[in-house]
Amino acid sequence: MNNIQRRKLINGAVLVLSTMAALLGLFMLVWILGDVGIRGAAAMNWDFFTQLPTPPGTSEGGLANAIVGTALMTLVAALIAVPFGVMAGTYLSEFGRHNTMGTITRFISDILVSAPSIVIGVFVYLILVRSLGHFSGWAGAVALAIIMLPVVSRTTEEMLSLVPPEMREAALALGAPYWKMMLHVIYRAAVAGMITGVMLAIARVAGETAPLLFTGLNSPYWMHSMNEPMANLTVTLFDYAMSPYDDWHTLAWGAAFLITVSVLTVTIFTRLVLRNRSRH
Amino acid sequence: MTATIAQLEDASTTLDDAKAQPEKTELETKISVHHLDFYYGDKQVLFDNTLDITKNRVTAFIGPSGCGKSTHIRTYNRMFDLYKGHRAGGEILMDDLNILDPKVPALELRHKIGMIFQKPTPFPMSIFDNIAYGLKLHGRMSKSELEGRVEKALQDAALWNEVKDKLKHHGTALSGGQQQRLCIARALAVQPEVLLMDEPCSALDPIATTKIEELIDELKSRFTIVIVTHNMQQAARVSDFTAFFYLGKLVEFDDTDLMFTSPSKQETEDYITGRFG
Repeated sequence: MNNIQRRKLINGAVLVLSTMAALLGLFMLVWILGDVGIRGAAAMNWDFFTQLPTPPGTSEGGLANAIVGTALMTLVAALIAVPFGVMAGTYLSEFGRHNTMGTITRFISDILVSAPSIVIGVFVYLILVRSLGHFSGWAGAVALAIIMLPVVSRTTEEMLSLVPPEMREAALALGAPYWKMMLHVIYRAAVAGMITGVMLAIARVAGETAPLLFTGLNSPYWMHSMNEPMANLTVTLFDYAMSPYDDWHTLAWGAAFLITVSVLTVTIFTRLVLRNRSRH
Repeated sequence: MTATIAQLEDASTTLDDAKAQPEKTELETKISVHHLDFYYGDKQVLFDNTLDITKNRVTAFIGPSGCGKSTHIRTYNRMFDLYKGHRAGGEILMDDLNILDPKVPALELRHKIGMIFQKPTPFPMSIFDNIAYGLKLHGRMSKSELEGRVEKALQDAALWNEVKDKLKHHGTALSGGQQQRLCIARALAVQPEVLLMDEPCSALDPIATTKIEELIDELKSRFTIVIVTHNMQQAARVSDFTAFFYLGKLVEFDDTDLMFTSPSKQETEDYITGRFG
């Protein structure tokens, strides 16, 4: 009887502790989101989306160029990273499962996933900024692409490996060549997971600041091409939050709000689409 | 001896079968396997298998797990090409062409030899597209011809009535037995000459199994069927010839009725009567 009481006591204690831990996590999350939401929403107005930044003290400035810049660099990064990532993942899953080349690639991908993003920024600074003599949107996009690449390739590999080998054999047994089997059957079976991987990678780089400090830099003007320093939300957020001006602080909250909402939207949208697909 | 068996066979098979090919009394060999060896890397798993697969008949491969029956059947469409270190020795003649010769293109070979796997493997696409996939691989055809061939294949696999109103539905939405018949329809659609079935019923319930067995019986007038099975009753029910494999060797190969009533080898009798395996 004593034993059972003791068990009940421990059970109760663990339940209380773990519930408290969960509540603490939830509390922090709600706090951050709430703060960003309330203060950021206050910064939302037509000017925020349509106007260029203005000097401190004038209240009608916006972050239009930074919004476009972040969207553009993320898009270009995805356009570079997704094809390479998918192909690398395909190699790892289909041809490099057990060979040296596959093992090395997989190892380096894993290191790259956990590499601090500022290191990647410095690397791209050396090869694309120093050598060309100026910061540019291209350099920013390349830095983001390098961060996306291992995420895309590893998820692609994992999703392709999850497709049962029988599916491959069944397609090949019909007389399909390997590439048609991959293209028509295996990718189709894995596509939901692969899209999730790409979306996660996009969500990850959309909030990156460090690699852009060394590459895309920032700019208060409209860009004319990706060959020049490019405005973006994260570095702007960093600059404005550090500034002593209240109206810039408001814009920084607005930028934080916009980044958070975008990443959240991408994540939720992906989930909804995938859920509908799997139900189909 | 073989001629008598054949005559008995034909007398007992269905009427329309006899009508379609009235003079079919001679047994024709479709696939002739000579001294087949097989290796997974350095490990030899098949030893000197020699047998003939008869055209338009069902041949069953039985034997305990790991005896090499699946490995054997997978050499007929060179499925092992896919894996490094897997290689076969000896020869397998189909219509006097050595299947194992690397010069024989595997893609064309697999066009002629369809395969059904243990687990149903519907592709992640609609029922219609599942069947159309194989057809599109082997040449263009008009939409109406494609639709006709898909319907024919589904009818051949005894699935048409169950799916004709939901051809656009996902193949994975079907039940296990239906999925397996979908896979059979997919294999039949490209009009193969031989149908290899690697334990096609082991993942199915008894009712679905019965349907597949009935289907095999209907199909054998038009296809040469080789079936690997764990289930000896199934081998006895559906097959005309049975091969018993043990430890990679072909122990006994004979007419199914003879095999199950008076096997000539002690090992066969022990296995059939359930003394091991």
